[in-house]
Amino acid sequence: MKQEVNELIDPLKFRDRIDIKGIEKSMLVDMLRKMVLIRKAEEKLSEHVESGKIKCPCHLGIGQEAIGVAVSLVMRKSDRAFGAHRSHSHFLALNENTYSLFAEVLGKYDGCSHGMGGSMHIVDNDNGFKGSVPIVGATIPIATGAALAAKMDKAGDISISYFGDGACEEGVLHESLNMASIMNLPVLYVCENNLFASHLHIDLRQPSNSTSRFARAHHINYSTVDGNDVVGMYKLLKSEIESMRSSNTPYYLEAYTYRWKGHVGHRDDIDVGVKRGAQLDAWKKRDPIKRLADSLIHEGILTESECQNLNNEIQNKINSDWEKAELASFPQNEFLITQVYS
Amino acid sequence: MKTTTYAAGILEAYEYLLTNHQDFFIIGQGLWSPWYVGATMTDLDKKFGKDRVIDCPVSELATTGATVGASICGYRPMIVHPRVDFMLLAVDQIVTQAAKWRHMFGGNSTAPATFRAIINRGGEQGAQHSQSLHSWFAHIPGLKVVMPYTAKDARNLMISSVLSNDPVVFLDDRWLYEKEEEYTEIEIIDLNDVLPQKLREGDNITVVGVSYTSLLCEKACEYLENTQGIKSDFFDLRVLNPLKLEEIIKSVNKTGRLLVVDGDWSSCGIASEIIASIMEKVNLDSLKSSPKRITLPDAPAPTSKALEQLYYIKEEQIVETIIELVK
Repeated sequence: MKQEVNELIDPLKFRDRIDIKGIEKSMLVDMLRKMVLIRKAEEKLSEHVESGKIKCPCHLGIGQEAIGVAVSLVMRKSDRAFGAHRSHSHFLALNENTYSLFAEVLGKYDGCSHGMGGSMHIVDNDNGFKGSVPIVGATIPIATGAALAAKMDKAGDISISYFGDGACEEGVLHESLNMASIMNLPVLYVCENNLFASHLHIDLRQPSNSTSRFARAHHINYSTVDGNDVVGMYKLLKSEIESMRSSNTPYYLEAYTYRWKGHVGHRDDIDVGVKRGAQLDAWKKRDPIKRLADSLIHEGILTESECQNLNNEIQNKINSDWEKAELASFPQNEFLITQVYS
Repeated sequence: MKTTTYAAGILEAYEYLLTNHQDFFIIGQGLWSPWYVGATMTDLDKKFGKDRVIDCPVSELATTGATVGASICGYRPMIVHPRVDFMLLAVDQIVTQAAKWRHMFGGNSTAPATFRAIINRGGEQGAQHSQSLHSWFAHIPGLKVVMPYTAKDARNLMISSVLSNDPVVFLDDRWLYEKEEEYTEIEIIDLNDVLPQKLREGDNITVVGVSYTSLLCEKACEYLENTQGIKSDFFDLRVLNPLKLEEIIKSVNKTGRLLVVDGDWSSCGIASEIIASIMEKVNLDSLKSSPKRITLPDAPAPTSKALEQLYYIKEEQIVETIIELVK
């Protein structure tokens, strides 16, 4: 079986500045701020996975920041997003609450799940993040049901299902797409195609590296995009989501990206024999943050020093949130039993 | 005397819920077809609309997951699996998603979906159309498991299950659908308050039944009282998880004898759990005989009629075992 030719997975391409025309300055700066916040928060997590302070499995999405940020900017608070094991970016893009995430990862009561979830079970109802779980593909039907609920509410809300290319190998994706298509459900399926599932490249798992073929099969509108171009995705989603809200239709976004770290933890997996060294170096040059920052500087929207200030402010916030989270309390012992039933 | 049946009880629960709770809807395979779910859902789609009584693709996992998703978003939905065997295709959503949802998010989110499955066996349907598997689900913390025996309970406990703030597996038994009893008015009961119900009073032995086996137990106890004067404290379990056995423990302290009859397999089954839990707490000096259980043989359901006769629990078995324990 021949691979589909797809330049979107070529890390030697899409390295230049991105097209920011037509987007307001405040929105562009917001995008940059959110992406930098997510990057630095995950770098902080990486540091403390390595230091041993974080014990729970942490699946870092460094390099993939643009997707969650683009989606978050077209969401409203009554929309409902569901994530998977690598969902820090989806959570932080909506609330920027690094303290809540850090406390959760440390198993502290102040965490978004009161310390009961850790990195893989994060939730923020108030901002539309309805939960993430590490069973691959499990939230795809849940988000589909959330879209059914949204349709019944008749308020024009949508649901968002984040998953990776590995989840497309689960049968439930097919069941869910079929159901959303036949029942006209407003769910945005976001496949963050980072080419890897655990340690295995998509070429060794699927006959094509494009998962959009599943949307096509179910008569769902879709786009295959550069997942490291936050502005491009934002523009596309802004128009597509309006039509989803008014006509209760599903949409499938396949965003190609690359995770800089390994499957889990702070290492890059080259140490466990995954041969991706050259690719990784190339993808680091396709950095979604640097491309936006370069564009903003080039167009005179931010100066280099303003960019640096933004970085410093965020780093300070992250350092102080981490220190505060380390000092927070664990949940009470009775939480073990009292949270089983309502 | 106005009477009703188990199937009519379920239908009445649906009518009540669809009329009084706009956040309630039902999804499942065959819901627009008259024969999938017996007389328990007749014409609901015509009466309440196909938007609230939804027939769906042959996708147990996705439709069950969608039920979970809608429940997380403020609805009180129910998925119907016309045979429990097919619900196994959806186990991840029930066991690993819904049951854990509240605990793993520290109480910040809940998934109060109801998973209704129908037990439908016998009639030479063979191994894959005959399972019950309630003991499996009862093993899972966070999941409530309800199995009604009476028509009144089939109705009232279905309402309680849907209104419960926790995910519930509700298993009704097709062998009970025609069972008739006196009609009572609907009672809205908090599922947390539902205990095993004592349906017969006696000093000689404590008998516990679950769903269809409660029918067999009740008949056996009645027969023994009428013919031999053996009087049983007979309990219908009703809720399998979380188990509330205090009244049954008191009863065993009084009678000194215990028989549990369950239409599931022995090994790691609910009968084992009931006996073990009671033995941990009962006054052992009060015991007059070892506790005993009657369950299915540890084999898949056979197809041949002759073997089915051997396989399923019969009233006579219960009668003989009670006599053996009491003498």
